[in-house]
Amino acid sequence: MSSGENGYSRRVLIVGGGIAGMQAALDIAGSGYEVVLVDKLPSVGGHMHQLSETFPTLDCAQCIMTPRTVDVGRHENIKLHVYSEVEEISGQMGNFRVRIRRKPAYVNWDACTACGACTEKCPQLVPFDFDRHLEMAKEMRTGGVRHVGTGKAIYTLSPQAVPKKPVIDVDHCLWFQKGKCRLCEKVCPVGAIDYEQQEAWFEEEVGAIILATGFELYPLEKLGEYGGGRVPDVIDALAMERLLSASGPTAGVMRRPSDGKEPREVVWIQCAGSRDPELAMPYCSKVCCMYSAKQAMLYKHKVHDGQAIVFYIDIRSAGKRYEEFIQRAMEEDQVLYIRGKPSKVFREGDKVMVWGADTLTGQPVEVAADLVVISPAMIASPGTQRLAEMLGLEVDAYGWWAEHESNMAPLETSRPGVFLAGAGTGPKDIPEAVSQGSGAAGKVLSLLARWKGPDED
Amino acid sequence: MRVRLSAESVHNELVRRVEEYSGQDLMACYQCGKCAAGCPVAFAMDMLPSQVIRFAQLGLVEKLLESKTIWLCAACQTCYTRCPKGVDLSRIMEALREILMYEQGSHINYDQISLEEIVEWPQQAFIGSFRKYTV
Amino acid sequence: MRATYFPGCTLNTTGKGFDNAVRASASAVGLELIEVPDWNCCGATYPLIIDNILELAAPAHVLVAAQTQGRILTTACTTCYNVLKRTNEFIRKHPDERDRLNTFIEAEYQGEVNVKDILHLLRDDIGFESIQSHVQKPLTDLKVACYYGCMVLRPPAEVGYDDPDHPTSLDDLMAALGATPIDFPHKNECCGAYLAVKAPDVTRDMVYTILRSAQAAGAEAIATNCPLCQFNLDKQQAEMRKIHAGYRPVPVFYFSQLMGLALGLDVREYGWDQHYIDARPLLAARNLWQGEAMVEGATQ
Repeated sequence: MSSGENGYSRRVLIVGGGIAGMQAALDIAGSGYEVVLVDKLPSVGGHMHQLSETFPTLDCAQCIMTPRTVDVGRHENIKLHVYSEVEEISGQMGNFRVRIRRKPAYVNWDACTACGACTEKCPQLVPFDFDRHLEMAKEMRTGGVRHVGTGKAIYTLSPQAVPKKPVIDVDHCLWFQKGKCRLCEKVCPVGAIDYEQQEAWFEEEVGAIILATGFELYPLEKLGEYGGGRVPDVIDALAMERLLSASGPTAGVMRRPSDGKEPREVVWIQCAGSRDPELAMPYCSKVCCMYSAKQAMLYKHKVHDGQAIVFYIDIRSAGKRYEEFIQRAMEEDQVLYIRGKPSKVFREGDKVMVWGADTLTGQPVEVAADLVVISPAMIASPGTQRLAEMLGLEVDAYGWWAEHESNMAPLETSRPGVFLAGAGTGPKDIPEAVSQGSGAAGKVLSLLARWKGPDED
Repeated sequence: MRVRLSAESVHNELVRRVEEYSGQDLMACYQCGKCAAGCPVAFAMDMLPSQVIRFAQLGLVEKLLESKTIWLCAACQTCYTRCPKGVDLSRIMEALREILMYEQGSHINYDQISLEEIVEWPQQAFIGSFRKYTV
Repeated sequence: MRATYFPGCTLNTTGKGFDNAVRASASAVGLELIEVPDWNCCGATYPLIIDNILELAAPAHVLVAAQTQGRILTTACTTCYNVLKRTNEFIRKHPDERDRLNTFIEAEYQGEVNVKDILHLLRDDIGFESIQSHVQKPLTDLKVACYYGCMVLRPPAEVGYDDPDHPTSLDDLMAALGATPIDFPHKNECCGAYLAVKAPDVTRDMVYTILRSAQAAGAEAIATNCPLCQFNLDKQQAEMRKIHAGYRPVPVFYFSQLMGLALGLDVREYGWDQHYIDARPLLAARNLWQGEAMVEGATQ
């Protein structure tokens, strides 16, 4: 079913294996067409994979996501290229030619049985990307709190990763850096470690493309007044997700990075880099009001007599059952909401001081927090710009994909056969991203249905 | 007493003068309070720096002219440096001081300063005070 | 290297000792300072009413006078720097107001001068490594917290040459002089400046916030680059023990005093008597002070 009328390919490329990309892939693959799904990480699932629980239901993120990831991993119609990047696209609708580069994992995935011995024995603890480079205090890094398999120089992203095959982080691997160790090779029962592995290139022909490249968070380094990323125990929202998550660096036990103590007072700072035309991004990042309430509630569920304080400007809770969720945070979990954007965050002794003002009573306030969580602006995923150049597409002034017409055609680009889904066009919550995944799939399927095969009439 | 807000009351003459002298668009402020949070003198003020703009936005400039806040501004520029909307609150403070002093005269009296202080203190302190508090 | 130098009213009179230190230490590291001829007070605050041509006249006149001596105008008072720099940028960017101003002060100034704070010159044009090579008596073990204040940092787009939240130029200078700079979070927090005249209690609380933070970080001294900040941080400490039990006063240096000491210059005229918290006992304890006599081996 792959080649249609006039040689149109009925295969589909989906760039990005997050929830929007996966939804689109499953819808198209489930209709009988072949999907090529590319993701830069070693496993699919995108940022949702990092979350502890989702709002407003407090569902475990992995529990609701793994049915998708497992299906994607096993589907006969989905050709999965993980740990890969799209390097070149040429052609047009019906006949795109795509070159994909798979980064060397230094592990032979065909031989690997995912037994986990390599990661268990690896001596290099690494504050790795998936955990937002959280570096826990020494007491927290040993002694049974940390999950086996993650945060090492040879790692899988989490116990629920699909595919669950490890990669080696050459920047932290003792063999690649200093010519020592090679323990993983010694313990691997099937000899799957291959330090000589090279990158691999693949050529795919597809008829349509869906761009589901997702988002990143505005870096703390650019928020100088909030510590510039250098103040211990000031972390961003995704790092907090990792701290809260059962697959994170503390297995979900509430501890702060600097000394491993249980934080008794935790502050959230909203709109850090959002709604800030003068110094950062002018737009609202949509989901932070909801996720900070969620994180505050989860924190309170773990630390019953802890205090959660959220410094906000407005609370935006426009989705279904979202407002009720916020009220639940305030009423049932006693989260204290202070209307006022903090001006300064700094370290004093073993506390993190937050200087704010309650604009409702007119009172300058300060909090001596144990942990501060910054809710940074959402920004476009790095690599969006390069992909845009490859395809001759536009991104807006802030790097988000430019929709063909944002009101009536939010999933279309200016190029026929190229569609959009998920947070790559702007901040979105999970239901929206999933809906857009199906929407983009629908657009693609309507094309594929019209491109008949040579044996069809 | 309930304050009556209307088209005339909100964009009144005093507000227009504040905007003219300061060069700032008062409506650009969305009252996030970051200026108040970082103001090093806010602890001593009777209303928050951000509330100064709020009263002006509502056209209630008279309330401002009674407050101590505008006289305690040290023009340190922290508010302007941090404001996400680029509103220069220090200029608004200066505009309000200017308007009040046009009506009521200078806010500092030379007699208040002793000869000892004049001899001992760095004169930039006095010059700065005269610049800010005289008309 | 040559630069036109604007002392400002305070460094020229009550702060003369600090001015002596500025000139001598600049010269010792190869920065020749030529004083602006026929200068006047800069006005001490930048006029914030827009189009305040009258209040811009004073700093504009300084710029015009400075122009006769060269392209770079520097000053060692951060308040003067802020006023002159902002005035200069205003003149460069507003042709109509510039014409009115020029008519008023009878000049034809277009913004030709570059206003550059002395610390900026020392950092970028002289270089801290070069300064370090001139050090005769490193300020070893002197734990000094560097206080920048407001005027050399804000607004960053107009006057800034360092990170407005975590500046390091003064810290790096102290390190080059052999001292141990102590980082602390309130190095850019306002001291109150001219509020000291009408509201000294308010400035006292503001100063306490800064000093307490510096001491908590391990500082035994403060270094600053504004004479009004120096005065506020210094004088307010005299009363502080009465209000805050157990408060330990720390001396507040003008940065050029420390430069002079480290460079092995004759520091006798650097204003030591006017400190409210005498700096000499600490210097003696660190073997950096040789009593009232000239520092051994001084070169000037």
